[in-house]
Amino acid sequence: MAVIAGRPARGALLPPQLRALTGTRSGALAIFVVRRILWMVPIVFFVIVITFTLMHLAPGSPWDKGGGRQLSDTVVNNLNIRYGLNKPVFTPWFDFSTGHFIPFRWDDQFKLYIWNVAHFDFGLSYQYQGKTVSTLLLESWPYTATIGVLAFLLIIPIGVGLGVVAALRQNTRIDYITMGFATIAASFPNFVIGALMVVAFSVLAYRATGGNFYLPAAGFAMDDSLIMPVVTLALLPIAYTARLTRASTLETIRQDFVRTAWAKGLPERLVVVRHVLKNSLIPVVTTLGPTFAFLVTGSVIVETVFAIPGIGRAFVVAIESRDYPMILGTTILFSLVVAIANLVVDVLYVFIDPRVRLT
Amino acid sequence: MAQTLLQVEDLHTQFFTSRGVVRAVDGVNFHVDAGETLGVVGESGCGKTMTALSILRLVPDPGRITSGRILFRGKEVTRMTDEEIRDFRGNDVAMIFQDPMTSLNPVTKVGNQIEEAMTAHERFTKVLARGRVVELLKRVRVPAAEARVKDYPHQFSGGMRQRAMIAMGLSNEPSLLIADEPTTALDVTVQAQIIQLMKQLNRELGTAMMLITHNMALVASLCERVVVMYAGRIVEEGPVEQIFRSPQHPYTWSLLRSVPRVDEARKERLVSIKGLPPDLSHSPPGCKFHPRCPFVIERCKTDPEPPLGEVGVNQVARCWVLMRNVKEEDLEVAKTSALSKEAAERLKAPAAEVGGNAGS
Repeated sequence: MAVIAGRPARGALLPPQLRALTGTRSGALAIFVVRRILWMVPIVFFVIVITFTLMHLAPGSPWDKGGGRQLSDTVVNNLNIRYGLNKPVFTPWFDFSTGHFIPFRWDDQFKLYIWNVAHFDFGLSYQYQGKTVSTLLLESWPYTATIGVLAFLLIIPIGVGLGVVAALRQNTRIDYITMGFATIAASFPNFVIGALMVVAFSVLAYRATGGNFYLPAAGFAMDDSLIMPVVTLALLPIAYTARLTRASTLETIRQDFVRTAWAKGLPERLVVVRHVLKNSLIPVVTTLGPTFAFLVTGSVIVETVFAIPGIGRAFVVAIESRDYPMILGTTILFSLVVAIANLVVDVLYVFIDPRVRLT
Repeated sequence: MAQTLLQVEDLHTQFFTSRGVVRAVDGVNFHVDAGETLGVVGESGCGKTMTALSILRLVPDPGRITSGRILFRGKEVTRMTDEEIRDFRGNDVAMIFQDPMTSLNPVTKVGNQIEEAMTAHERFTKVLARGRVVELLKRVRVPAAEARVKDYPHQFSGGMRQRAMIAMGLSNEPSLLIADEPTTALDVTVQAQIIQLMKQLNRELGTAMMLITHNMALVASLCERVVVMYAGRIVEEGPVEQIFRSPQHPYTWSLLRSVPRVDEARKERLVSIKGLPPDLSHSPPGCKFHPRCPFVIERCKTDPEPPLGEVGVNQVARCWVLMRNVKEEDLEVAKTSALSKEAAERLKAPAAEVGGNAGS
């Protein structure tokens, strides 16, 4: 096996039993996935460090009552003791002002939190008495995830489909209409689109049909109340995906190998599917990972407009009320979703682009 | 006399750009006989590739064939339906493209790309086509062909990719193979192998070949007949030995003078053709080569372009002067002055060295 100077051979650091695996494609893939999953641990750790620091740097405390009557010092003290906020936020190992080491202590807020997270304990919420962060996340995330996944399922056929059609019919009416729609969809903020849809499909539709046909303006159930939030959420990513797909497909159509495909006498359908799309969709797949993460982590605006008790709203409320464990728990969840979505894209890449090598 | 396979008559291919109409191919007539190898030579941008793409009706936007006839075995290519032209491409006439690095689909296995060239047409069944892929790769001398069919193009070297392209072109045993500068992107040793290979395939299979190149050595070693193109027009045509021995058009003469030849006297200098080919949207009046011609006379500038006149057995040239009428002293002047100081500087070190050696 050739070894490139300055770079260890593949699998050189693995124990001998595992090193044999790197020889096969699926073995290499398995090792790649495991390694990327292990990498998520330091990623989450640094996400916690940053969030924790920012959270405590921000002025105010969880017990501040905005404007109204403040809690008495005794109550605040008791609350602090109850939630462990009386302990120091973080104790360093070394005091630079005196030049002395500080005796190590385990029981500062940061180290305790890390210890608990390592045991999958994300703490108690401050806003809701006696509810754990895990419970709150499990209550709200399914709403958000349902809408997000449904929106994502709309993006693949509609966004990619519109982009491909526009590219194949470049400079025709279909192209102009599609790209005009994409531009409008990308430039309208989604609270405007959401509100306009409520006016059109709930209010006006109700009046026009005498209440026989209308879409519910708010709430969540596995029925037609999903339509408007899903469409509102999906519109912007659809527009972006359509534009990206169109640009990428147009670039691919002009490649030499597409001319080769025509010169072979392949029918148009095969030229498009086997030669154009197989290449032009590679960059689209790359963006679908982050798009998926964006969709399932929730949109505050969409959840607010349609009154959905999702995680996007829960996150904003948690920040407003300085619900530290809730903020941290949500951030960890989001970072994991992003990391996993990117991992899935990277694994997909191996299957759609043979030039990609796992490193 | 061999049967005529392809007959191109008064072909015009034009590009409609914002700067005006570019006449890429401007009234070209030629024919290819069955089993014959025809060389098409000329500088870059003189319409060689567009002529070839016109034959397959693959002229890219915003270009199109505006007039003329392309007859393949008597059938009019420009009037074929979509299905007819699809079955014609790759089956009757196959084309090998210039750059093997970009002409293969990077995300499809080489074997599959060759296989689909066959399954697109009805000559071979799917099973038969699959079996033929290895056979074809072996025929074009790809080592370990059985294992290589499962490779992707990026696992092939440049020479191997070009061989895979040739295998693809030959897969349906077309009667005519158009090779568009098949060796330019390859290094010299690989070039020689590819030339050997094409020679052999032409002999074994009797495939007619249309070789588009600016490499005179390639033409000399492969072709029977040569067509010289300049600014979208044919300026000279004839059997290869005759063209090499006594070129009659000054452009052909200059092209031949611009490459070193082993059999030439060493004292002869290399000639560079002054200037660039004309802008095809605004061609010069009269003979299109007159601004660059070392033997230009008044008539070349004022009279309409000369017709293709008979200048030898089967040889025609489009020139008022003709090389055989050029005075000996003019020829000497052209030979010595052709590599002007500026041109020598522009050619930079390696090329200038060749010139210097020839002169010493």
